[in-house]
Amino acid sequence: MKERLAKIREEILEQIRSCKSLEGLNEVRVGALGKKGALTEILKGMKDVEPAERPRVGQMVNEVRAELERALESEKEKLENALQEVRLKSEVIDVTLPAKKNQVGHRHPNTIVQEEVERIFVGMGYEVVEGPEVEKDYYNFEALNTPKGHPARDEQDTFYINGEIVLRTQTSPVQVRTMEKGKLPIRMIAPGRVYRADEVDATHSPVFHQIEGLVIDKNITFADLKGTLAEFARELFGEETKVKFRPHHFPFTEPSAEVDVSCFKCGGKGCRFCKGSGWIEILGCGMVHPKVLSMSGIDPEEYSGFAFGVGLERITLLKYEIDDMRLLYENDARFLKQF
Amino acid sequence: MNTALSWIKAYVPGLSCTDQEYCDAMTLSGTKVEGYVRTDKNLEKIVIGQIERIDRHPDADKLVVCQVNIGTETIQIVTGAPNVEVGNKVPVVLDGGKVAGGHDGGPLPEDGIAIKAGKLRGVVSNGMMCSIEELGSSREMYPEAPENGIYIFPQDAPIGADAVEELGLRDTVFEYEITNNRVDCYSILGIAREAAATFRKPFVPPAVTVHDNGEDVHDYVSVEVKDTDLCSRYCARVCKNIKIAPSPRWMQRRLAAAGIRPINNLVDITNYVMAEYGQPMHAFNLDTVAGHKIIVRRAKDGDVFQTLDGQMRKLDSEVLMICDAEKEIGIAGIMGGENSKITDDVTCVLFEAATFNGPNIRKSAKRIGMRTDASSIFEKGLDPVNAAAAIDRACQLIEELGCGEVVGGMVDVCQPIKPLRRIKFEPDRINRFLGTQIEVDEMLATFERLELEYDSQTGEILIPSFRQDLEGFADIAEEVARFYGYDRIPTTLPSGEATTGRISFAERLEQKARDIAEYCGFSQAMTFSFESPRVFDKLQIEQDSPLRRTVTISNPLGEDYSIMRTVPLNGILTSLAFNYNRRNKDVKLYELCKIYLPKALPLTELPEERTQFVLGFYGEGDFFTMKGVVEEYLEHVGMRKRPVYDPKAGRPYLHPGRQADIVYEDTQIGYLGELHPRTAQQYGIGTKAYVAVLDMPCIVEKATFDRKYEGIAKYPAVSRDISMVVPREILAGQIEAILAQRGGKILESFSLFDIYEGSQIKEGFKSIAYTLTFRAKDRTLEEADVSAAMRKILNGLEHLGIELRQ
Repeated sequence: MKERLAKIREEILEQIRSCKSLEGLNEVRVGALGKKGALTEILKGMKDVEPAERPRVGQMVNEVRAELERALESEKEKLENALQEVRLKSEVIDVTLPAKKNQVGHRHPNTIVQEEVERIFVGMGYEVVEGPEVEKDYYNFEALNTPKGHPARDEQDTFYINGEIVLRTQTSPVQVRTMEKGKLPIRMIAPGRVYRADEVDATHSPVFHQIEGLVIDKNITFADLKGTLAEFARELFGEETKVKFRPHHFPFTEPSAEVDVSCFKCGGKGCRFCKGSGWIEILGCGMVHPKVLSMSGIDPEEYSGFAFGVGLERITLLKYEIDDMRLLYENDARFLKQF
Repeated sequence: MNTALSWIKAYVPGLSCTDQEYCDAMTLSGTKVEGYVRTDKNLEKIVIGQIERIDRHPDADKLVVCQVNIGTETIQIVTGAPNVEVGNKVPVVLDGGKVAGGHDGGPLPEDGIAIKAGKLRGVVSNGMMCSIEELGSSREMYPEAPENGIYIFPQDAPIGADAVEELGLRDTVFEYEITNNRVDCYSILGIAREAAATFRKPFVPPAVTVHDNGEDVHDYVSVEVKDTDLCSRYCARVCKNIKIAPSPRWMQRRLAAAGIRPINNLVDITNYVMAEYGQPMHAFNLDTVAGHKIIVRRAKDGDVFQTLDGQMRKLDSEVLMICDAEKEIGIAGIMGGENSKITDDVTCVLFEAATFNGPNIRKSAKRIGMRTDASSIFEKGLDPVNAAAAIDRACQLIEELGCGEVVGGMVDVCQPIKPLRRIKFEPDRINRFLGTQIEVDEMLATFERLELEYDSQTGEILIPSFRQDLEGFADIAEEVARFYGYDRIPTTLPSGEATTGRISFAERLEQKARDIAEYCGFSQAMTFSFESPRVFDKLQIEQDSPLRRTVTISNPLGEDYSIMRTVPLNGILTSLAFNYNRRNKDVKLYELCKIYLPKALPLTELPEERTQFVLGFYGEGDFFTMKGVVEEYLEHVGMRKRPVYDPKAGRPYLHPGRQADIVYEDTQIGYLGELHPRTAQQYGIGTKAYVAVLDMPCIVEKATFDRKYEGIAKYPAVSRDISMVVPREILAGQIEAILAQRGGKILESFSLFDIYEGSQIKEGFKSIAYTLTFRAKDRTLEEADVSAAMRKILNGLEHLGIELRQ
């Protein structure tokens, strides 16, 4: 009995070792442990064994059985691993083949810049507001200290609908509309389209965008204007950006300034973008003119404020190194997909 | 405005700085320097030499060999110039020197042209004699220079001296951008005053004293101003025994640097005074002034007048004219007349320095179509005090330059000059306003340098007549700020009550529109808001359509840009066509743009501006691709009910059988469809194209970003497929309306999985199949629940003539 058992064990272990496939292994398992398997047969022969011997023999059989099961299991794992390896090898792909993209569309570069500017100012507590593009002469000029006959009107090449209604030449009328509402303090920006009668060429467009900013409160100072715009420039162009305020003139601010930022291409050393100067002009600003405050019903003795206007296209062209403004309005897919 | 630095320095003698320092400091104090060029750029080692001998070149007919005395030695130079003679004094570039350009006067090379000793046809040449073009200038500016030849100095020029210095080219020309409020700075004296204040040096304007001949000008001329509203001051002086000659070199050089071509002493003096004082002047030939009388009055409508450039000009009753006793002799502030112009034989000159109404001059110049140097200055509105100062300066120069004899006195017809403006000096308020702590003394010192007098008795600042731009407190604060230095003002952030930054709901909806359109493959376009009225024809829009009632620009850039759009499609279609013509495949574009709808015409109140979300594409995809984008958007802005698609929209620019109005909760919120082939052809899009438009104000009404979590279904769903034979004219939308309406609460969803029309279906019918999914939130559905719902649905479908397919 014992010898028989040992022989069966040897035979089956040998079969397991020489097995080449999962199916073969399964056959071995059935042949050994199945209903008609060799071990089962031995157990069936237990009745011929001395009763006193039975527990010992039973234990031997069980040990062999357990050993065989372990061997089967380990061989199965081995075979499965081998099989998986083969499959994985057959599944190798060329990972450098082209990606399958969802063909997501692209945002207009103007909008990317506008959203960036909005994000910065909203973070500083500004509300984003809108105003009409077809605007009353009063809001576009008169209320901004630019009465009829003022030279600034000619400089802006206004499109007129009639004597009283124009296409706004600037986003500044939104200042007046906001002030007129009488809710103080004010911190707002107003992005939008503006119009000037310039023929279309590489650097001009009769339709373009500005972003107006306005802050009105008690004790607003020129220093606050400087600090706010310096902060804005750093956010938009990078932490290292320096700003320079140059005196200028606008009818609706006094004092007024033009603001240059250190060239964000060369860092101020001078390059073709800044025409060698190291500085790039980006916006106009100033302290809101007392007359403008009064006309909008705000007492200039009590309140002060500052305003600024950024040319959106100017920043877009500079930031993305776009050399022709017409590209912004042609909507060539090959242009748009670069943003 | 261009000005030589040497002219500024003449009135700010203490000024000493590099060009760059000057540029930076002036810009930071408010006189913006646009750029500057050195007039001696690339002019190196150039001296005055005298030609002592000229020999023929042994091997070249067109060359000569000159021995030139350059002071320290005599050198040999070979030249091909035709105009040199023994004894001439000429500019000579020595070996190793440089000139600015070639003798042809073409564009100047950036680095100039280096000159080296060498041989010309075998003969040694140790330098080069120069033409005015090679020195970087032109005969325009140096009228005495010969055409096509070497520049010849006057005989008194010192041999061996710096030729560049002698030519007045050791200078820098600055170009300024002057803002329109600073009329006073359109002049040398104005800029010099600013420069003096900027560099804190004394300002020394020219001392003007006129030596006259003792006669009285009133014996020569009288002046009558009829339209005093357009002419607040008219000054006239007379000079006689005029001797026309070239003006002196110093004057020619200053004018040339300012870009004004020297002509003769008389013309040059008026130009010189215009540049120096910012006061345009005019000189009439007094002998042509009938009755020796000047009358200033408006022209008559339809008058025609010949200006001194020979052109005939049409006038109207708003144009101010200078007339004599019989006729018009000049357009005030714009240009003189042919009939009174100065000719070389003039003997007696009438000078005019006047102050005209700025806006009137601007408008007149525009209407007549001639904007002259004079009109562009007059239109800014000049200081009447300056007119008298300028005319005296001109007379002084006439006398000093030996150009003529000055008749004593001035005819001065002047409206009362306003008293000096007084502005309260509030130093504390200025500091509070600027955020600074500038000392009172520093402020007062600034005022003094700017010639703003401080009256310590009243605590007021007296504003001189040339500073009309200073009107109140803020202007005074600016004067303090710009001379203190904007860069020295601290940087702070506004204090005070905190405010909440926000963007409006409408703007958030637009952002979402951009996001969804882009996820769906559409790129953002931007197009002009104005377009051609022919757009309506291109879009086949009916002649009497209200869409043809537009906001129209009265002065457009051309008809193509003359109306504000009322239909949002033209921009996107034009852009699609642009891409199609460039063979870009599968182009998908969207735009968020406005349409401008007049409430009444002619426009009395502002039009309604409605933002439109416009999508358009050609290439891969179809009507349902576009419909999918629309529904993605509506779902993402909380419009989760099923929109109704009305196929009877009848828009003429869309395919009659492939278009629909989009209706949401009984409101039409937009439309979509395939472009009508006729429209596609009009735009030159040679393939099927699809568009969709959503009216954003409607979306704002219906949309919400509020969401509530509804839970994930816990109980199993039951699905049923129904396959129907449907009369062809029945729309899926009608079937779906019945499913939604009759399925009850337990109908969770339905989806179409098959639609077929063809051989196995009887004529006039189509087959449609849906999967319906039923589920209850609170229990497992029983067979009976589903059967009851299905019965109701089938009942409803039968009413539409729909049969279940067996």
